[in-house]
Amino acid sequence: MNKQIKFYGGVKLDEGKMTSNEPIITAPLEPLYTVPLQQHIGAPAKAVVQKGDKVLRGQLLGEAGSFVSAPVHSPTSGTVKELSSCLGPAGAQLPAIVIESDGEDTAAEPMPVFANWQEASPDDLKARVAQAGIVGMGGAAFPTAVKLTPPPNVTIDTVILNGVECEPCLTADHRLMLEHPETIITGAKIIARILGVKQIIIAIEMNKPDALEMMTKKAEGTGVEVVGLRVLYPQGAEKQLIYTVTGRKVPSGKLPAHVGCLVTNVASAAAIADAVCLGKPLYERVTTMTGTPVVKPGNILCRVGTPYSSALALCGGVKEDPLKIISGGPMMGMSVYSLDIPIMKGTSGILLLAADEVSQYTPNACLRCGRCNDACPMEMIPGILSSTIEFHHFSLAERWHVMDCIECGCCSYVCPAGRPLVQHMRRAKAVANATRRAAEAASKK
Amino acid sequence: MSEQSTIRMPDTSKLVVSSSPHYHDMGSIPKIMFTVLAALAPAVIASIYFFGWRALLVLSVCMVACAAIEALLCRLMRRRISIGDGSALVTGLLLGMTLPVTSPLWMCIVGSFIAIGLGKMVYGGLGGNPFNPASVGRVALLLACPSAMTTWVTVSGCALNKWVVDATTGATPLELVAQNQPGPGFWDLFLGNIGGSIGETCTLALIVGGVFLIVRKIIRWQIPVFFIGTVFLITGIAYMVSPCPKFNPMTHVLSGGLMLGAFFMATDMVTSPLNRKGAVVFAIGCGIITTVIRLWGSYPEGISYAILIMNALTPLIDRYTAGRPFGVARKASQKNA
Repeated sequence: MNKQIKFYGGVKLDEGKMTSNEPIITAPLEPLYTVPLQQHIGAPAKAVVQKGDKVLRGQLLGEAGSFVSAPVHSPTSGTVKELSSCLGPAGAQLPAIVIESDGEDTAAEPMPVFANWQEASPDDLKARVAQAGIVGMGGAAFPTAVKLTPPPNVTIDTVILNGVECEPCLTADHRLMLEHPETIITGAKIIARILGVKQIIIAIEMNKPDALEMMTKKAEGTGVEVVGLRVLYPQGAEKQLIYTVTGRKVPSGKLPAHVGCLVTNVASAAAIADAVCLGKPLYERVTTMTGTPVVKPGNILCRVGTPYSSALALCGGVKEDPLKIISGGPMMGMSVYSLDIPIMKGTSGILLLAADEVSQYTPNACLRCGRCNDACPMEMIPGILSSTIEFHHFSLAERWHVMDCIECGCCSYVCPAGRPLVQHMRRAKAVANATRRAAEAASKK
Repeated sequence: MSEQSTIRMPDTSKLVVSSSPHYHDMGSIPKIMFTVLAALAPAVIASIYFFGWRALLVLSVCMVACAAIEALLCRLMRRRISIGDGSALVTGLLLGMTLPVTSPLWMCIVGSFIAIGLGKMVYGGLGGNPFNPASVGRVALLLACPSAMTTWVTVSGCALNKWVVDATTGATPLELVAQNQPGPGFWDLFLGNIGGSIGETCTLALIVGGVFLIVRKIIRWQIPVFFIGTVFLITGIAYMVSPCPKFNPMTHVLSGGLMLGAFFMATDMVTSPLNRKGAVVFAIGCGIITTVIRLWGSYPEGISYAILIMNALTPLIDRYTAGRPFGVARKASQKNA
């Protein structure tokens, strides 16, 4: 094991990965799928089907709404029941297409397969990634094709596949690396081909020794390097990952491309391989359904549009009532108040927390203990910023680089005064973004 | 299919919705404060051993007075009564430990009132105070009742069978060396078999408690190490230049309030710098001021003053030691700060 650079701060968390040894199970067909048109960052997709249309599995339902957007595809064959909206994990209503399954699950004509992608032109491959609706499957769901289009004047020389999965409880990427290592490696090589990059690194946290071993074995002789990283949250955060693996620091306000790196999730890489080699668009993903209240926690291969309730029923329901249901992991996931939310391309896990696992506390005044300082992987001063933001000094907070906050939650996690530190940061970021947009709108007039 | 019907689904009507993170390390202010109290326990036991049972009375009166005064002031300020966080007890115990064992009880109560009222509550309570409340209380008493605050009893071994050790007044080691007389030997200093305030004499007990706090990550090791190190270094250099008892670095490090101040008062998180770099600057500053007062000032002792002066500088230290966030260029950071 070579010596690794350690990023500043971070916290050691209770892993709680109880589904590491549960093989991926495939969810049975649902009678009804609710496919949101906005499963990604950017503009929502534009529906291309009408109510009553017959659709096949993999058929296009909505095309990309703008450059930063992604198309969505039908998870099964059936009829378009209605074009309506559904509840999203963030609490907002999302435009959605409801598909009534015909139970046949007939596949549409697949997109033409690249029999020999090693020879295919990078632009064709990139077009396929866009066409297949592939987004970052680690949670943020940024359209991958946009990521594969670096800004002019920058050269990307390293592709890093993120198999860190530093969020506690989630194991979807872990199982994928164990069960489909070749697909991931193929995906990585396709990305490298698109960008014309030689160096490919797959980064895995050392709490997954079996996945690390599997990927190392499969990567032998393929030119792909697999590295095991120390277990520290948030090792999987883009900037921290790049720093640990390459020693490069992404400048404030810049993209990883500016230091010659591209980071993408292992599941996204596998989806790219499927899109290129099988002509299959992204309409299903592995999701971890876990938490102590769940009867039989597991990793499920779900079609996009499967409601959370079905995934939970597949895991045997609950033993006790949870106090929180979280879409994603416990550190950055969003808590939801309903199970009628569809699984989307970015849903890496659904976590149920029992009453005794939910921390509830009353915020106090800042003690200035400095623990948030020590924990912040962005080397910021969350305690001071939070007090600043509490008194609405947003521009001061911005001068102190609040926009660099990655919202990992380490500061709130360690705060003995129970202060909502990361929540204050989010508020300042939202205010700053709104101010900027208002200024842009004013200057356009 | 019969199994399907028995699946229990959660009751979503009682779900809690909040912003992430959903985990917390379960640390809390009371946990910190009660850990500090536990760390002070060895020094309390040592003080009873050397000074007699009245030491316990003085400490108890200070703690009860601090808690009662905080509760009363919270009531008057119409705020939630905050004594449950334990910080008033820590302030009371630390204040009591800086008093001589012969202190009259009314003085303990006045000191507690100043520490809690003027040291903390006027600033809005815990977290708002710029100065260490216990130091504020001690300095106020030192200025108001100088003779009661510098009446020392002679200590000679175990005093567990006595209410208070013999009332013959003696000098503290620092008073001795200030008059350029040799101080007590190493073991007397280290174990606390010397005159002084209730809680400051037993170096061994204070180090045990301090190391416990460092291990539990309640305090930063930088503050005691650099504070004590600076005092040792400066007195050491002075001793090498002119080897007289006045400059003996061993006496300076092991006596007076240095151990208590460096491990328990300078490290008060509310009034010390936020980050490690700042803590080093703060501790060196404390060390320099302490040594200057001890060697060249008219007081034999200067820990509380040193801590209060550096407390006042803490916001400035924080400002100049605030690091650049990850990925922020040096120039951009300076321009903005």
